[in-house]
Amino acid sequence: MNKRLTAFYWMTVPAVLLFFIFLTLPALQGFYYSLTNWNGFGHQYHFVGFKNYVNLFQDDNVGNAYWFTFKFAIVVTIAINVLSLLIALGLNAKIRFRNFFRGIYFLPNILSVLIVGYIFNYLFSNVFTIWGQNLGITSLSTNILGSEQLAWVGVVIVAVWQGIAFNTILYLAGLQTIPTSLYEASNLDGAGKWREFWSITFPLIAPFFTINMVLAMKNSLMVFDQIVALTNGGPGRATQSISHLIYTGGFRGGEFAYQSANSVIYFIVIAMISILQLRFLQRREMDN
Amino acid sequence: MKTSRRTNWPALLLVALGTIFILFPLYMTVTIAFKNPEQMAYSVFAFPTELHWENFSRAVEMTNFFSAFQNSVMVTTATVVLTLLTNSMVAYAIARNMQRRFFKGLYFYFVSAMFIPFPIIMLPIVKLASGLHMTNLFGLIMLHTVYGLAFNVFVYVGYIRSIPVALEEAATVDGATTWGTFWRIIFPLMAPISATVGILTCLSTYNDFLLPLIIISDPEQYTLPLVQYVFQGQFNTDFNLAFASYLMALLPMIIVYLIAQKWIINGVTQGSVK
Repeated sequence: MNKRLTAFYWMTVPAVLLFFIFLTLPALQGFYYSLTNWNGFGHQYHFVGFKNYVNLFQDDNVGNAYWFTFKFAIVVTIAINVLSLLIALGLNAKIRFRNFFRGIYFLPNILSVLIVGYIFNYLFSNVFTIWGQNLGITSLSTNILGSEQLAWVGVVIVAVWQGIAFNTILYLAGLQTIPTSLYEASNLDGAGKWREFWSITFPLIAPFFTINMVLAMKNSLMVFDQIVALTNGGPGRATQSISHLIYTGGFRGGEFAYQSANSVIYFIVIAMISILQLRFLQRREMDN
Repeated sequence: MKTSRRTNWPALLLVALGTIFILFPLYMTVTIAFKNPEQMAYSVFAFPTELHWENFSRAVEMTNFFSAFQNSVMVTTATVVLTLLTNSMVAYAIARNMQRRFFKGLYFYFVSAMFIPFPIIMLPIVKLASGLHMTNLFGLIMLHTVYGLAFNVFVYVGYIRSIPVALEEAATVDGATTWGTFWRIIFPLMAPISATVGILTCLSTYNDFLLPLIIISDPEQYTLPLVQYVFQGQFNTDFNLAFASYLMALLPMIIVYLIAQKWIINGVTQGSVK
C-alpha cells in the first residue's frame, strides 16, 4: 500500500517543481524587489523598505492607470454580459442554422487579440471616419483613438467585440440546462416573455452569470494586448492600463522595483475584487 | 405544443443582423489583404477587382513568416503535450488522495494561482528566465505550461472525481501498479476532458503575445503575434501588406476552428462550467 502512495507522490513532482520555480518563486522575488530601489539593469541596489509603496499613492500616472483600468473593466464587464446574454437568448430560440450562427459568434474568441487590435486600429482610423464624414457626424469623422476623451471607448469596443464570444457560449450552455417543461408551465399560467425571463430564465442561469461576471472582470482588469495594438497607452496617458504601466515602466523606464510594488498592489486589488464578486454573486444565487 | 416547433423569425433576423458586426472586420481583413493601394483609393469597402497575391509573398519575406509559423507551431504543440502529461498526472494524484492533507493542500496551492494575474510576476519572471538561460522557445513552453496549471488542475480534478474508483480497484486486484492504472485506465478515460484542456491550451498558447514579448529577444525565435508587433512600424506605409500578414497569422487557427468547431465550442463550455 505504501508503494501506491509513493507513486502518487511522484506524480505530483513535475507539476510542483514547475509551479514552484516559475510561479511561486517569481512572486516572492517580485515582493522582495518591491522593497528595493533596483532599476532592473545594474547590479547595485539597496533595500528601501516600503518607500515604493508610499510613492505609489502619490503618483499621478499610477492613479490614472487605475482609473482607466477600472472604468474600462466595469464598462466592458457590463456590456459583454448584457450583449452576450441577449445573443445567447437569440441563439437558444427556435431558429434555423443554429449551429452555424453559434460558430460565427464564437469566431472572435479564437483570434489573436493583438492582431484583432491592429485590424480595428485601421478601421478606426480609415474606415469608421469615412462613415462619420459621409453621415456628417463630427465626433466620428476623426479617429477616436486620437482623442483623449474618446480613445478609451475604442478600446472598449474591441474588447467587447472579442469578449462576447466566450460569455455567449457559457450563457448558451446555461440556457440549455433549463428544462422546457418550466416554460410550458409558465405558458399555461399566462406569463409574458418579460416575466418569464426574470422569474425563470435569469434565476436558473445565476451560476453562469456569476462565472461570466468574474471572468469578464478579471480579463478586462488585465487588458494589455488591445492597448498595445490600439493606442499604446495614449494619447498622452489616457488609455494606459495597469499592466501596460507595469510593462513600460518596469522594463523600459528603469522603474523595476517601483513597478514591482505596483504589481503587489495590483494583485491585492484583483484578488479582493474576485473574492468579493464571488461572495456577493453567490449569495444572490442562493436567495433566488 | 404546435407553436413551439415553428421558427422564431424575429429572433432569427436579429441573430443574423448581429453577425454583421462580427463578420465586417473579417471581411475588411480579407479584402484589404488582396487589394493594392490604387484599389483602396477607389473604394475601401468594395470587393477587390483583381487579387494581389504578391501582398502575401512580400509579407512572407518581410516577416520571415515561415520561421515564425514554425516557432508558433512548435511552442503550441510542445505546450499542449507537456500540459496534458503533467497536469493530468498531478490532478489524478490529487483527486484520489483528497483526504490526505498534503494533496488537499497542493490542490488549494495550485488553484489559488487562478487569482494571480500574469502581469504581477511579469517583471521577476524575466530576471529568473534569463538567469536560467531560458529566454528562448524552451522557456516559453515551460512558462505556458505553468500558467495553465491552476485552471487545468481544477478542471481535471473535478472530472477525475466523477470516474468511479471501482475501476481502479479492479485493476489493483489484477496486479496493476498505480502507474499502470494511470496510463492504461485513467488516462484513456480522461480523453474528453483532455481534449478540452488541449484545445484551450492550444488557443491561448498560439495567440499569446505578452509572454513571448518579454521572454524572446532573438528574432529567429519570434512567434507569429510577436512578428506582427515587431513589423508594425514598417507596415505603416503599406496597409495591404500588413493585412496580408495579419490574415496569414490568423489563418491557421481559423482552419483549425473550421475543422474542429463543434469540439472547440463544447470544450470551452465544459472546461469553464465544470
